[in-house]
This record gives sequence, structure tokens and C-alpha cells, in this order.
Amino acid sequence: MKTRVRVALFGSLLLAFAFSAVHFAPTVGASATGQIVGTVKLDGQAPHQKPIDMSKDPACAQAGGGPISAENVVVGANGGLVNVVVYISQGLTGNEASTSSQPATITQKGCKYVPHVLALNVGQHMTVMNDDKTAHNIHPQPNVTGGNSQWNKSQTAGAGPIDVAWTNEEVAIPVKCNIHPWMRAYIAVVKGPFGVSNDTGSFKLDNVPPGTYTLTAWQETYGTQTQKVTVAAGKPASTDFTFKAK
Amino acid sequence: MVGKIFAIVVVLITLATAYCVIAHVWWMPVDISVHGPRIDHQLEETVLVAGLLFIAGQLVLAAFAFLYGGTGHKIKQIPGGAKPLIIFAFVLVGTEVLALSSIGARAWGAVYFEQPDPASTRIDVQAGQFAYYFRYPGPDGKFGALHPDLINEGNQNYFGLDTDHDSDAKDDIVTAELAIPVNKPILLTLHSKDVGHSFYVRELRVQQDFVPGLNIPIHFTATQTGRFEIVCTQLCGLGHYNMKAYLSVLSQSDFDDWLKKQASMQ
Amino acid sequence: MSATAIREAVHHTAPQGFIRKYVFSVDHKVIGIQYLTLSLVAVFIGMALSWAMRIHLAWPDMRIPLLGWLSPNGAPGGLMTPEYYLSLMTMHGTIMAFFVLTAAPMAGFGNFMLPIQVGAADMAFPRLNMSSFWVTLVGFLLACATFVIPDGPPLSGWTAYAPLSAVGPVAGPGQGWGQNLWGLSIACFCIASLLGALNFIVTTLDLRTKGMKLSRLPLSTWGWFIDAWVSLLAFAVLLPTCLLLVLDRLGGTSFFIPAGLVFNDQLQPHSGGSPLLFQHLFWFFGHPEVYIIILPAFGIVSHIMPTFIRKPLVGGWKVITFAEVAVGTLSFVVWGHHMFVSGMSPFMAMVFSVPTLFITIPSMIAVLVWVFSLYGANIRFDTPLLFSLGFISLFISGGIGGFFLAQPSTDSYLHATSFVVGHFHFTMGLSAIFATFAGFYYWFPKMFGRMMNEKLGKLHFWLSFVLVYCVFMTMHLTGFAGAVRRYSALVDDFMVALIPANKFMTVAALLLGATQFIFLFNVIWSRLKGPKAPNNPWDATTLEWDTTSPPPFDNFGGRQLTVYHGAMEYNGDDSVMQTSPAASVA
Repeated sequence: MKTRVRVALFGSLLLAFAFSAVHFAPTVGASATGQIVGTVKLDGQAPHQKPIDMSKDPACAQAGGGPISAENVVVGANGGLVNVVVYISQGLTGNEASTSSQPATITQKGCKYVPHVLALNVGQHMTVMNDDKTAHNIHPQPNVTGGNSQWNKSQTAGAGPIDVAWTNEEVAIPVKCNIHPWMRAYIAVVKGPFGVSNDTGSFKLDNVPPGTYTLTAWQETYGTQTQKVTVAAGKPASTDFTFKAK
Repeated sequence: MVGKIFAIVVVLITLATAYCVIAHVWWMPVDISVHGPRIDHQLEETVLVAGLLFIAGQLVLAAFAFLYGGTGHKIKQIPGGAKPLIIFAFVLVGTEVLALSSIGARAWGAVYFEQPDPASTRIDVQAGQFAYYFRYPGPDGKFGALHPDLINEGNQNYFGLDTDHDSDAKDDIVTAELAIPVNKPILLTLHSKDVGHSFYVRELRVQQDFVPGLNIPIHFTATQTGRFEIVCTQLCGLGHYNMKAYLSVLSQSDFDDWLKKQASMQ
Repeated sequence: MSATAIREAVHHTAPQGFIRKYVFSVDHKVIGIQYLTLSLVAVFIGMALSWAMRIHLAWPDMRIPLLGWLSPNGAPGGLMTPEYYLSLMTMHGTIMAFFVLTAAPMAGFGNFMLPIQVGAADMAFPRLNMSSFWVTLVGFLLACATFVIPDGPPLSGWTAYAPLSAVGPVAGPGQGWGQNLWGLSIACFCIASLLGALNFIVTTLDLRTKGMKLSRLPLSTWGWFIDAWVSLLAFAVLLPTCLLLVLDRLGGTSFFIPAGLVFNDQLQPHSGGSPLLFQHLFWFFGHPEVYIIILPAFGIVSHIMPTFIRKPLVGGWKVITFAEVAVGTLSFVVWGHHMFVSGMSPFMAMVFSVPTLFITIPSMIAVLVWVFSLYGANIRFDTPLLFSLGFISLFISGGIGGFFLAQPSTDSYLHATSFVVGHFHFTMGLSAIFATFAGFYYWFPKMFGRMMNEKLGKLHFWLSFVLVYCVFMTMHLTGFAGAVRRYSALVDDFMVALIPANKFMTVAALLLGATQFIFLFNVIWSRLKGPKAPNNPWDATTLEWDTTSPPPFDNFGGRQLTVYHGAMEYNGDDSVMQTSPAASVA
């Protein structure tokens, strides 16, 4: 009887150790990581953007400063296309998804969303803040078949942050505010490394293990583009995307 | 004793109410429309008629409670019984009702039964959760057709205009503020893209619901320049309290400049 | 079946066992008390909701931890969201209009008193009567359930205008399962009310005891009897309306939803329905509904007053009863006055305006009867009478507001302002509540065999009366400044200017609510410790005072009563019981 208990105890200890080893071992070793860098450009003229009239809510006009326009196509310096989400759509083994422990933040400021496009991992927490002196409602509208649940909540001035996480991949979930109908943001929920092009159009994916991948770039107006890319250890692979203006 | 206290309380309440109404502690803002004075007149008339009935009713109630408490005196009936009361109600209320309805009908008719001036400035109003947008026909004088499936608020296509293919829609001017020329007849067409809303401008004495699926015309002429609040008075959802827009009544030249500036920003 | 046969059929034996006696009882008296208890619970819930709303309007940044606990979504950290405000408003209206104002004066007192007042042993259909209550309870629980489901309660108001209420969650928070439950809850209430109305009508017509001619019916019975007819016709319209609404939401139909609606940039699949149809159907019920609420109040006050003024009402039973019949009948042709600015044809506005103004004639006659009956009276200012006088004062004030709202021209300015809120709180809300209080203080000794405390009763009256005016007369007055109703926050310039007035109303409303705890205490304390009530503590004349307090199971201990007089045989300290063969004194 005694022996049996001891064996069982030892066995379970061993099992526990094995599991924890699997669980905690960094699947992407620091030495084995690569990087993907590149820029996104717009070929042609960005569509005409009309300034947004926020007179409806004086609290917006006070916070906003100068006139701003919709951000569905934003071209930065040297024709760089801003707010393009670049992520690995094929080739991941499934082990790379090192979910970021830092919550991503989206802030309502001057009656627009900052950032306009937010990318984050499945299961990563997202914090919604309201810096304005007026109430907003946050209304993400994921695809009904995509598995993410739709919600619609308001956040009054001075209310605490809203914290959520998304359960399924989806590029990208539109977010709107019904109180200020011009407000629009997109949330790209992906697995694995991702990047969002900055105001010169350049992006960077960190912690990519060596291998061959299909890389997808998504832009809210122009849709998606894909490219194959091979990443070697220790050296950044470079890929550029060009979207054609309609 | 209790009856006397009751009488005093009722009298005090009546006087306080009457004071607030007569002193206009809370009152309508100054009217800025051509039809408004009729409505104001009708309201004042009603305040007079209804106010007198209110005071009379409460005071008689108070007086009887004051006088007839206790068990001391012999029971009396009012002379004539119910008949004079019924006749009084029919004659007094009947006359007042008839007077109010016939005069009121004219005030109502001045707003709703008259045809709009054919030379009116035509403006389309679209209400949606939770904002108003306004549309001017542009130089061609024609409104482009509406395509609800094309509505994209993030892209500022609030009306669902097909500016790529529809030449009528190309020069339509869409704004978030309603500007109108002063002393000119205005014809608004109200339509809602989602739920019921309302168009209420206190100074204009205009309140009209938007009904999804219907185009509802209203017409008026503003007589004073200034900036006024348009608010929603039909429960439309969480942002109801914050559904508003501004009405700018401008001189003709200011209005023309404003419209030109808006057109340049489309 | 002859009247005697029905009387025999309902002459059942007293039930045995706790469950049959107090829970699933077919005894109209137990059912009446069950209805009153339900309303008492409902009224305190409804009042708590109004407190939360009032506090939010005056001090929007105030955190209410209890609210945060009740709904972490609706009030995160106790800070109320706009949608939760509207949900509370919707449920306040729903609970108060249906489960308090419709239930208490009609189903509560009516159930307990009507069979006794006509000299019957029970309602005509006791089992149907029991099911009415239990279906009402199911409806109430469905309404309460909206608070605990994740979606939260609906926010489209007690009027539930389509398409906001009909398109589903796309229209925003509060449009999920809460609205479905709301529709089903009201459907249950309709079914219960229809069954109840049938029972009231049959009982009044067929179970009257010997000598109880219609002309000898107490005026409260007349109120319930007329009310039952109005209920029967009005709830018969609301029931299908609720079911069609639920079908639109769950069954993909489009009764109330037109084509081409766009929510969140998405074109909706519905087509062909009419939002105005919903408004017509709702108000075809909704306007009679306010008279369904007020007619029992008319009856109760008319019944109580002669006892305490020691003389019959002017014009006897006829004038007041005919006024009630006229009000009930006209109530079916005035519904469009809720829709003057709705987009309905402006010509129809005239059609609806005229009968609406004419309805003031029978209402005015009723008021004149009550007021002028006080002339030359020997008034005994007991609490039931004080609340009756309060009712008259409030009804006058509320009725006066009707002049403004009955005319399309003035309504086009005042529609959807707080003037309307003040108006309906006076006319149907507080008038009916005051009449219910009058009834409560009057009949409590009969129902529970103990007297209520007069001093507390009077304190309750004075505070309530003054504070009600502070809250709701101020609403009328701010309405003149265009204060828009149903706003969860005051952000427009002209609304911000009204914040001080709102603070005043909030403080008054909180005090008014606190005052009701005096009543609650009085009820509980008197029920347990009040002095024993005699059979006829008020020197009244009607049949409920001709039996023990509380009455035995079959109401009269097997006596077969004969009625010799009308219900208002009062002359000063003299009075003659309806069953007494003595000579008339009035």
C-alpha cells in the first residue's frame, strides 16, 4: 500500500514537472528569433477627405483643436501608408503565440480613437479609456460568424477603463461610437507577431522564429495583400507592400 | 382644525404655482418664427382659461374644507342639486373647449394646413442614432437619390449618396449644422435612417417627429438671426440626451458665404 | 345558468391547509391581499428606481455603490451609464403603470371588496380569479428578471415605440433579451387583466344579493364595474400588440419595421412594416389605460367621501356614475392626442383634439360633484378623507394640464417636455396612488381586523401632499421652459440652466420616498399591534361593514342578505345600513 502511494506521488510530481517545463519553456528562443521589417506605400492619390464637423457635441470641438478628417486612408511622409496591420497569416506552428502580457490601450480623445487601428493578440487584454468630457459608447462589431462577441457599452466622462479580451482571430473588427457617428476604429486580433505601420509607413514584426511565412497586410479601405517571406535567425527579413489607390 | 390646515396648504400651493406662472420663473424663450406668435397666443389664452379654472377649483375645495369641518351643524344640500353643476360644466367647459379648439385650430392650421411657399429653401434632414445631418441640393437644385446600403458614417457618407455615379448627388452639400437664411421660407424634409427621432427647436416653436420609412415635410420662416439648439425629443436609445445640432439663422449674404464654404469642403 | 345557480356553484367550503388557504387560494379576499402585496413590493421597487434616476439627474457624477453592485455593466463603479438610466426609466414606468397603478386599486381592492359589496360569497369564477393573480405574478417576475439577465432591462420606455423596440440588439444596449422579456411580461399582464375583467363583470351582474339593484350598488363597485369593461376592450388590443412586437424581434416578421433601415452602417433585412401602426395600437390601449387606472380611483373616492362628510354625493349615484361611463367611453376615441407631432396626418390631430377637450366635461362634472358635496357637510377629517381630498386637489391640477396638451398647437411646444411628465404623474400616477392610500386607510380595519394609526396616517398625508406638489408641479413649470423628458443627462445649454430646479425636485422626491416608509411602518405595526377593529369603525352603510373584521371565508357567515337602501344613506351622525329595514334618512 505504502509503495503504491509513493509511486503515485512520484509519478505525479514528475508529470507536474514535465507539464510545467513544457508550459514555461520559451518556445521562441532569444537566439532563434528573427525580425520582419518593411514599409507600406500608397501608389496614387489618397481619396479626398472632408473635415469632420463635430459641432454636434461642443465637448468634442473644445478638445479637438483644428479640423480633423476621417482616417480611412492616411498617407505619411514619402507616400508611406499609415495604420496598415501586417501579420503572419500562414506558417505559424502555433507555438509562437507569446501572448503579450501588456494590455493594449485605445483612448477616446477629442472624439476620435487613438490609435485609429489597434492590433493585438488573441486573449490579450484591451483597455478602453475616455479622456473626453463627454460620454462615448464603444460598439465593436465583429463578424457574426467569427466567434467574437459583439458588445455596446457607454463610458461616461470620468468613468473607469473598460477591459476586454478577444477570443478569436479577426482582421479587423470595426468599432464605432453612436453618439459621435464619425468615430471609427479597427481592432485586428491575430495570433503571433504583428506590426502596424507608423506615420512613415514602416512596420516591424519582432520575435519571428526562422522559417517561411505568408505575410498579410490589411488596410481598411484597400483590403489585404499577401507575400511570402523567409526569416533567418538573427537577421531581419525585409518586405515592402504597395497598395494601389482606387 | 385639520380642515383649516388643509385649506391653508391648498391655498399656499395654488398661490405659489400661480406666482411661478405669472412671473415666468420658467418660461418659453423668445419666439423667432413667423408662425410662433399664434402658438404663443394660444398658450397664453390657455394659461388664462385653465389657470382661472385651477385657481377656482382649488380655492372652492379649500373653502369647503375650511368651512364644513366638525359635527356641529345641520347637513345642507346645495340649492338645486346636481343640475346647476351639470349645466355649469357643459356651458362653461363647453364654451371654453369650443373657443380653444376653434382658435387653436387656426394656430395649428397656420403651421400644418398651409402649403409651403414654392420658393422655399429646401433642406433634407436625416436623423440617425445619435446625430442629425442636413443636405442642401447644391447648384443644380436637385437632391441625389438615397441608397441606404451605401451609408457609411466612418467615411462621412451619412445619407448614402452615390457620388461616383449619380450626378444629382455630386453637388449635394452635407453638413452637421443647419444654417438657414433669415426671413426666407424654409422647407425641411425629415427622414430617419433607423428609429424614431424628433426635431425640436424651442425658439422656432417647432416640434416634429421623424418616423422611419416616412418623409415628413415641415416649413417655417425664421425672423431673427442667431444660433439655437436643435434637440431630439423622441426616445431613440442610449445617446438620446446628447442628440443635438445647431441651427444658425444667418443673413442672406452670410448664408451664401456659409454654403459656399461648406460646398468647398465636400 | 340562473343567478341563483351560479351563486350555489360558487358556494364552496372553506379550504384546509396553509397552501390552499394562503398561497393557491381561490378566496377573493386572499387574492385581493395577494395583489395588494404584489403592488406594495412593486411600488417600492419602482420608487427606488425613480430615486436613482432623480439623483443622477441632479448629481450626475455621484457614485451609487448599490447600483454598481446591482448592475456592474449598467453602472460600473456605481456611475450610471446613459443606457442604464433609460432602463431604469423604462422599468419605473412599466412597474408603476401596470403592476402598481393598474393592479392595486382595481385587482387589489376590487377583488377583496366587490363580492362583499354586492353580497356574494366569492367571485363568479374563483379558479379563474386565482389564475389571474398567478399569471400577473409571472408577468411581474418576468419584468424583474430583466434586471438580472446580462443584457439588462429594455430602454425603450413603457411605451416601447417601434422600431427601437422591434429591431433587436442592433438598436443598442437594452434591446436584447430584456425587451423580449418585457413583451412577454406585458402579455401575461394583459391575459390576467382580461380574465380579471370578465370575473368582475359577471360577478357584478349575476351575483348581487336580494334587493341589490344596480342603483343601490356602492360607487366603488360601479367604478370597478365600468373599469372592467374598459379593461376588457383595451387589454384585448395590447395583448396582440405585444405578441406582434415579440414576433418582429424573434420571428423575423416586420409588422412595425419599415424597409431601408440602417443601423451601424448595416442595412436591415426588414420591410413593409409601420412604426405609426405600433403607436396607434399602443395608444388605443394606452389612453384607455390611464382611465383604467383612474376609474377605480374615482369609485373609491366616491365611495369613501359620503362616509366621512356624512351626506350623499350631489346627484346621488347617477351623476357620478354617468360621468364615469362617459369618461370610459370617450377614452376610446382620443388616443391620437398622444401623437400630434408623430407624423400622423395633421387633420387627424383636429379629429382627436376635439373629443379630448370634451372629455373634460364629464371629468369636470365628477370634480364638481366631489367638491360641491362638501358644501354643508359634517366633515370628519380622518386619514381616508384627507387622502380623498388630496386626490381631488391633484386631479384638478392634473386635469388643468390636460387643456394644454389636448390642443395640437400648444402640444407642439410642450410635447415630450417635463410638463407631460408632471401632467400624467398628477392625473393618473398620484391621483390613483392617493385614492389607493385612501382605500388602504379606509379598508385596512376590514381586511386585517385592526385599526391603523391615525397620527402616522395624517403625518404620511401631509408630507406626501406637499412634497408631491414640490416635485410634480415643478415639472409642469420647467416644461414651459422646454425641459425635454427622458434625458439621462442635462447637456444642452437650456437644460443646464434647469439643473437647480432639478436639484430641488430631487431633494423633494427623496423626501417623498422617505415619507412612504412611514406608511410601510404603519401598515406593519398596525397589522401586528394595532387596536382591534370593530365591524363598522367608520359608521358606514355598505355591506362590507355588515360583517366581521376580517370577514369569514364565505363573507357573511352563511347569512343571506337582503338590501333595502342605496349606498349613501347618511345624514350627519345618522346613517342607515343597506341591509337595515329601517326608514331612509338621506
